[in-house]
Amino acid sequence: MLQQIAFILISGLAFYFAWRGFSRVRRNILLGQDEEISGDTGQRWRNVLLVAFGQNKMFKRWIPAVLHFIIYAAFVITQVELIEIFIDGASGEHRFFADKLGGFYTFVIGFIEVLSLLTFFATIIFLARRNLLKLPRFKKPEMKGWPSLDGNLILIFEIILLTGIFTMNGTDVVLQQMDPEHFKDTGTLAVSSWLGPALFGGMSEGTLIVLERVGWWLHFSMVLVFLNYLPYSKHLHILLAFPNTYYARLKPRGAMDNMPAITKEIKSMMDPDAAMEEVDMDEELPEFGANDVFTLSWKNIMDAYSCTECGRCTAVCPANITGKKLSPRKVMMDIRDRAEEVGINIESGHEQYAADKSQPVSKDNYDDGKSLFDYTTPEELHACTTCNACVEACPVLINPLEPILKMRRYEILTLSQGPQDWLPMFNSLESSGSAWAIPDDRDKWAKEARDA
Amino acid sequence: MSNLRIPTMAELAAENREPEILFWVGCAGSFDSRAQKVTVAFCKILNAVGMDFAILGNEESCTGDPARRAGNEFAFQMQALQNIEVLNMYNIKKIVTTCPHCFNTLKNEYPELGGNYDVVHHTQLLQQLIDEGRIKMKEGGEFKGKRITYHDSCYMGRVNGVYEAPRKVLESLDGDLVEMKRCKSNGLCCGAGGAQMWKEDEPGDKRVNIERIEEALETGAKVVAANCPFCLTMMGDGLKAKEQQEEVMVYDLAELIVNNMEQEQ
Repeated sequence: MLQQIAFILISGLAFYFAWRGFSRVRRNILLGQDEEISGDTGQRWRNVLLVAFGQNKMFKRWIPAVLHFIIYAAFVITQVELIEIFIDGASGEHRFFADKLGGFYTFVIGFIEVLSLLTFFATIIFLARRNLLKLPRFKKPEMKGWPSLDGNLILIFEIILLTGIFTMNGTDVVLQQMDPEHFKDTGTLAVSSWLGPALFGGMSEGTLIVLERVGWWLHFSMVLVFLNYLPYSKHLHILLAFPNTYYARLKPRGAMDNMPAITKEIKSMMDPDAAMEEVDMDEELPEFGANDVFTLSWKNIMDAYSCTECGRCTAVCPANITGKKLSPRKVMMDIRDRAEEVGINIESGHEQYAADKSQPVSKDNYDDGKSLFDYTTPEELHACTTCNACVEACPVLINPLEPILKMRRYEILTLSQGPQDWLPMFNSLESSGSAWAIPDDRDKWAKEARDA
Repeated sequence: MSNLRIPTMAELAAENREPEILFWVGCAGSFDSRAQKVTVAFCKILNAVGMDFAILGNEESCTGDPARRAGNEFAFQMQALQNIEVLNMYNIKKIVTTCPHCFNTLKNEYPELGGNYDVVHHTQLLQQLIDEGRIKMKEGGEFKGKRITYHDSCYMGRVNGVYEAPRKVLESLDGDLVEMKRCKSNGLCCGAGGAQMWKEDEPGDKRVNIERIEEALETGAKVVAANCPFCLTMMGDGLKAKEQQEEVMVYDLAELIVNNMEQEQ
């Protein structure tokens, strides 16, 4: 009875806190501007199926792809077991489905066990890869501190969880021999039927009963820990990969978002008959581009929350490869960090974060004296060649190029700053319609070729 | 005097004629001395196959791509809207260009501003002409058996998914085509895109074009084939920095084809 009450209480609390955590993520994503999501729904579902479920972009690198797929499959399929855990936990039953499903139960639990064992080894390899192999993409400056710890914590949680599963099943198998009345026959489990006796064979019934409970609770509580950890971790990608691939842009990679306000202005300049609109001098100067989460789109912020910091984008970035400061992964991590900061400040309700002090602080009334430029510097933005390698590389269809270009727009159009080197090009475009200031006729080459 | 025909749209319009295709030359193709050679080579090919084409001449203006990628939307749209006005005035339907950046902007960015054209890159047109038998290669051309590596431009490759057309064109040379370690969707940028062409590299360990030319040299190729005027400049500069400009040549695909195709007498 005590166990049931504890179970219900702990689950209830855990779900409440997890819901709060996920609500914060949702709120932070919605700090961004509306973005119209258009295009073929069929194509969107194909992306979800192939890229999120099928992980086809991971398979550019075979070894991590296979290991990752094992862990992922185990994660998804183990959730089936949770149904029984909840029924058992709330009702005080033991292995509710074992006798009802018979051979099918043996198959399902056995299948989960095989995946779990594979996952155990995959996790060990991933830990070794992160900490012993020292892959360059895991050792970039942006990975120092929390991001590195985060990556390791997830793997350690995974190992604890698996230890729980095998302790629970292994002791159960031994107990089934000792006390068949209380411990239902599960059939021959793929792993625990040999691992259980090997590990727990000589132990007393009392010890085994305690260990079985420890395993069960360890397994269950790690699930709750994971659930609550997700909103704060890079591991959130296991959930956000799905909406993120669904909402990924479908229009051609080469098409930058249009700015209709500018089109309108230029059209009125080009058409001499158009009446000049009255310019309201009191009106605030329009802001172009993005300097903060408020001027990015919600999809850009969802991208940031979907990032698991694998660094495939950074590993293929020509600027990063040649030692420049730009790292597309860092751009995405910066957006998430900034969204977190803004979210916490708004939640605090402190007047100091309000732009208009007479009104309460909110998404539309916010000024903490900082912006995204305090995270991502112009030097980083200026190094981008817009080659789209980062866009191509991302396994969950994050687009790091979009925020980079939006911030460049802010710098040039709103701040009138940017690399000095670009000024002659802009001036030449304006004066002669050519990217270089060359006084020749544009078709001088043709005359020369004809005369040759 | 060569008998090269390079009519302008204005000249044809005066005769009440419309060409089959507009050749969009681009700023690099018009003004950069290296890229001008590609422009002329491509015109020679168009002449040789009897293609009915024209250029805009002084009525052409930068597509605005570097300004847009730099963040200067205002300068971009000034160019774009003026160009679209000219293109629509001449009732242009089909455009070929030797520049992947012009290609991308004309194809993917002008439609939203009112410019809808069927845009092809010259490597795509070359492939089509070879397939149709309108371009016939000489037996035993100068690149027969020679080791050639192809550098994917970002804006034809990753951005527009054109990987095969340039390779098919190169196959017609009967050379020994070798790939660099990073090729096709993994291809490494030359370092010029995103308006980098107009500025110095940001501080770092090395220039992007050096990294790329080193990879090209690793293949042992004697010819680096490109399909973009900016790649051409960057790879050429890379070779000079490596003092390999005597041993290894960088060519655009049009240049490789023009000297090795059968010319009708």
